[in-house]
Amino acid sequence: MTPTARQIPDRLTTPAQRLFKSWEALLLAVAIGIFVLNSFASPYFLNVWNLSDATFNFTEKAMIAFAMALLIISGEIDLSVASIIALASTAMGAAAQFGAGTTELVLIGMGVGMLCGAFNAVLVTIMGLPSIVVTIGTMSLFRGISFIVLGDGAFRGYPESFAFFGQGYIWWVFSFEIFLFAIFAVIYAVVLHKTNFGRAVFAIGNNATGALFSGIRVQRVKFILFLLTGLMAGVAAVCLTSRLGSTRPSIALGWELEVITMVVLGGVNILGGSGSIPGVVIAAFVMGLVTFGLGLLNVPGIVMSIFLGLLLIGVIALPRLWAQLAARRA
Amino acid sequence: MSVLKAMLSTVAVAATFVAGTAQADDVRIALVVKALGIGFFEAAAKGAEEAAAELGGVEIIYTGPTDTTAEGQIEVINSLIAQQVDAIAISANDTDALVPTLKKAMQRGITVISWDSGVAPEGRELHLNPSSNPLIGNMIIKLAADHLPDGGDVAVLSATTTSTNQNIWIDEMKKVMGNYPGVNLVATVYGDDLADKSYRETTGLIQTYPDLKAIIAPTSVGIVAAAQAVADAGKIGEVNVTGLGLPSEMAGAIESGASQSFAIWNPIDLGYSATMLAYNLATDKAEAAAGAEIPMGRMGSLTLDENTEGAMADPFVYDSSNIDDFKSIF
Repeated sequence: MTPTARQIPDRLTTPAQRLFKSWEALLLAVAIGIFVLNSFASPYFLNVWNLSDATFNFTEKAMIAFAMALLIISGEIDLSVASIIALASTAMGAAAQFGAGTTELVLIGMGVGMLCGAFNAVLVTIMGLPSIVVTIGTMSLFRGISFIVLGDGAFRGYPESFAFFGQGYIWWVFSFEIFLFAIFAVIYAVVLHKTNFGRAVFAIGNNATGALFSGIRVQRVKFILFLLTGLMAGVAAVCLTSRLGSTRPSIALGWELEVITMVVLGGVNILGGSGSIPGVVIAAFVMGLVTFGLGLLNVPGIVMSIFLGLLLIGVIALPRLWAQLAARRA
Repeated sequence: MSVLKAMLSTVAVAATFVAGTAQADDVRIALVVKALGIGFFEAAAKGAEEAAAELGGVEIIYTGPTDTTAEGQIEVINSLIAQQVDAIAISANDTDALVPTLKKAMQRGITVISWDSGVAPEGRELHLNPSSNPLIGNMIIKLAADHLPDGGDVAVLSATTTSTNQNIWIDEMKKVMGNYPGVNLVATVYGDDLADKSYRETTGLIQTYPDLKAIIAPTSVGIVAAAQAVADAGKIGEVNVTGLGLPSEMAGAIESGASQSFAIWNPIDLGYSATMLAYNLATDKAEAAAGAEIPMGRMGSLTLDENTEGAMADPFVYDSSNIDDFKSIF
């Protein structure tokens, strides 16, 4: 008798079901909810130019958040990103004083960002120091250098054409920054979700030793991730400096926590091993919409941070509570 | 889907408690400060409300970032531009970085002025200084002379030898010394704006000049340390400490008699004047040009110099009659 083939399903849930239950779907619903509420709450919200202005609140931070997401998925962290912006911006400012053109300035900004990333990378991957300790140190170090160079002064006098990166528009209401944001979102999504490198990042985050014995060059992957994070901080420094038109050592103060908030809100496990770029993209929009919407209602900044804090805790805690509740019921 | 429902209702509840701002046809003037939660600026907001009540049909939007960063203020300004407020009166965290955003505000027909801490001329229509160097220089010697009808020896306790503001004020003071016959400047010492060094320098002055009648400290750190040193030396009633200080820090010295009086700008007057100026410019009752005189209610009028800057008034004098009203403010 021929054994009747018993069908073992490939998956217990269909892809559509999974998508529906996913973190990204929850976040997207939150984003849409906030969008709808905002349009009711303020008559000024549904205006393309206002919305376009609002994107500047998050584009620069989100560019760093993409690289940071990969770094956190691999089980490391970089707290020095905001200080890298300060140092890269200071270097650009100094170069501008010596008459550097726009191309040179962009290269210098990105170059200094990468050098800072490389410095973190050497300390973590070659010296074997814990990344949280290393980057707390370099957070003070990089910004400290800016303070020594600038004191209470400022660098100004950037070339006219340099203003394009932070103030220019590519087409209609779409700024250069939002284009850059979209391009990086696609690049990082492909790298993380469609390449061997991306698989390696997940493998390292789940079990670094296991990954090493599977032939993944763990330290090399981590080195590249720190380098990328530094580079993205450099890109953000170019955009922000161009937007502000000047450099002070306090530039981008406190951004590291906002970047990490964005990553965690985007569903990346802070302990490493899981997460997605689409999640981070939606989280960036959620944060941008919340701050802009509350700003239109003239909610004081401190209430805004309380709200963002609650949102972060809520979005992270509710699904877990829900899962526990469901488990108990079952 | 109850996770979503819970999320959305959280958002809805939060949104309803922040909503409810009136949208009248009032002239809406935004008072943007360096950061919320600072006593000095809360007092300025009180002054703004006073001006609004006097003018009628004016809505004050008192706002600012959570920490004193230019990026935070830019987000606030963007949301004010989106709301199409009539005027923005800002105490800037950065002279230069706010210029591109404020320019955009002016292009969209919003009146922009700066007060307290200024913006570069291209980013605002006028700047309101709380006082001017000659007025301050005259005030600090006048405070000492007022309690010396027969003249006497006075000394200056400054910050550092390179403190720009202090040096200018002391120079301005020396220029008008002739108006106070019998008042003799015997020494200028430097406490480096450090409490302990200022204290030692004051003790040194008291020992070196036994006939010393007054110590002028045009620095908020120095004046407190000097008052303490005079009290500790048992010289209360013999040596009068005066200069520029903060009411909250000087209340004790006024009470003990170590200081008869001191001066600093009055934040209430500053907020009041800024609002009056913004109102007059926004309603086209006045135009900001070099040499113009713009009325500001009970504070008289502001005369603009070639940089379209003006000084509000003499520094405000604090003594035992009014210190209790101000010590809790700033």
